[in-house]
Amino acid sequence: MTLRLDSLGQRYGEQVVLHDIDLTVPDGQLLCVVGPSGCGKSTLLRTVAGLQPAYEGSVSIDGTPVTGVPDQLAVVFQDYGRSLFPWLTVRDNVALPLRRRGLPRAERREQAERILERVGLEGAGRRHPWQLSGGMQQRVAIARALVCRPSLLLMDEPFGSLDAQTREDLEDLLLEVHRSDGATIVFVTHDIDESVYVGDRVVVLSPGPASHPVLDLPVTLPTKRDQITTRGLPEFVALRAQVGRAVRGPVASD
Amino acid sequence: MRRLRRPKRHQELWLGLLGVLLAFGICEAVGRAGVVRRSYLPPASEVVARAVQLAGDGAFMDGVGATVKAWALGLGLSVAIAVPLGLLLGSVPLVDSAVRVIVEFLRPLPSVALIPLVSLLLGTGIRTEVALITYACVWPVLFNTIYGLGETDPLAKDTLRAFGFGRLSVLLRVELPGTAPFIAAGIRISASVALILAVATELLSGFGQGLGIFIAQAGLATDGTRDVLAGVVWAGALGLVINGVLVWGERRLFPWTPERQTERQAGRGWVRAGAPGAGAAEADAVRSGAGSEPGSDASGPEAPGTGSGSGVVR
Ligand SMILES: Nc1ncnc2c1ncn2[C@@H]1O[C@H](COP(=O)(O)OP(=O)(O)OP(=O)(O)O)[C@@H](O)[C@H]1O
Ligand SMILES: [Mg+2]
Repeated sequence: MTLRLDSLGQRYGEQVVLHDIDLTVPDGQLLCVVGPSGCGKSTLLRTVAGLQPAYEGSVSIDGTPVTGVPDQLAVVFQDYGRSLFPWLTVRDNVALPLRRRGLPRAERREQAERILERVGLEGAGRRHPWQLSGGMQQRVAIARALVCRPSLLLMDEPFGSLDAQTREDLEDLLLEVHRSDGATIVFVTHDIDESVYVGDRVVVLSPGPASHPVLDLPVTLPTKRDQITTRGLPEFVALRAQVGRAVRGPVASD
Repeated sequence: MRRLRRPKRHQELWLGLLGVLLAFGICEAVGRAGVVRRSYLPPASEVVARAVQLAGDGAFMDGVGATVKAWALGLGLSVAIAVPLGLLLGSVPLVDSAVRVIVEFLRPLPSVALIPLVSLLLGTGIRTEVALITYACVWPVLFNTIYGLGETDPLAKDTLRAFGFGRLSVLLRVELPGTAPFIAAGIRISASVALILAVATELLSGFGQGLGIFIAQAGLATDGTRDVLAGVVWAGALGLVINGVLVWGERRLFPWTPERQTERQAGRGWVRAGAPGAGAAEADAVRSGAGSEPGSDASGPEAPGTGSGSGVVR
């Protein structure tokens, strides 16, 4: 799915959050969005997801303007804990999106268990979200987004609560899924290293209000990435510095 | 709000037991000391013995069965009306504004004051009883349902929408389960109200079968005080059991509510109040439940220990 934002603006009441954003995400690209806290990254994702109508400009998918929630969409919300349903088991939470596919129950459960295993939660399927740690809950939310093999995947700081090791594992899982399924992905993160490691492209948003892209950087690293070697490449270091400077803003750059 | 340190569960049990024993002892002493005539106020032990004896009395138990049947029918009917209505009012603002006035008009009408009117219309049988119970019980369930809907986490709804589910799915899969603990709290409050209404209607109509009838008729007999009090003990015990079962059910069904979570963190599996942060909802529902009972100022204390006291105050 090709995602296109045309002079998109968004506001809450009088407060302008996003202003004049033009961005085209080609089919199958993994775009990382970086920006200071409160600049409007979550708002951007909510707008793309059709949960919030655009105030100015438009969002379109494959040329059709987005008016409601697009088909084949999956979202990992920043507030993952609140987005899981406490009355459902972990497995049923994950299997929920499959209901829209009309799959039989047994099949849904099997797929849910399979994806849970891939995020490192084998055996947690029968528990309830409130019985899990924050990091485990976050992985449940990720599993739920991946289970239906979306064509458009929006992830809002999906690895924020994970320890370094699990985080790296899930970054690699995401890359693997991206390579096999070819979804268009918008991935919001605070972590500059992560944005360069995971992304095909990194967009840096300016601090709010009226946030807009200040850097649009293609990541020219080999597609086959590896936690140790890729992060050691001089090119990786250079890209990271470039993103870092853009995030700091012109004043603090040295 | 009530962050006052509560005593530990086992302490609570002992304190409760102590209170009961103390009250029992006082009643016993007053009864035996001859302060009042023995036939006016028999000692507590005699009352309890009579209450136990009544369990073997077929006619009396049929009466209790009739009261419980009316209670269950009325409560069931009110839930069947109030939950869908609450979902409708809570999710369609237009309907809400249209119906609000009617609701606000009906709500303060004291159901006990309606007993004579409804008896005229429907006779003195179970139909009147059930109609009145239903009327009184609709309010707590209705208002808790509406309140619970308003409390639904918008992110939970957005999550479902983001996965392509429509309005109806959001209602059934998120709003309804999310509201269920509030509805349950409303039902628990209504269960007490229903018992009050069942006994009160029987008391006032004085015909047919039921616990209230038993109490009313005992009140007419000479030296009937012991039977009256034994009947009251039965009513209280019924209320206690019903409330206990409902609280237990809420714990089993809704382990995720904030209150349960804090309990777990505090290492307490078992505290009294049953609702999910429903302090406000419950208080409100109680107010409305109680508000629909001002006429019961007379009858409220008359149908004591129906558990409403305990169900309401927390
Ligand atoms: N529902 C809302 N109502 C009013 N203002 C809001 C609302 N949600 C967000 N905002 C404001 O919009 C701005 C952007 O919020 P947003 O959550 O999109 O930022 P963010 O980039 O995701 O931040 P973070 O990195 O901390 O998650 C903030 O200044 C915030 O105060
Ligand atoms: Mg955010």
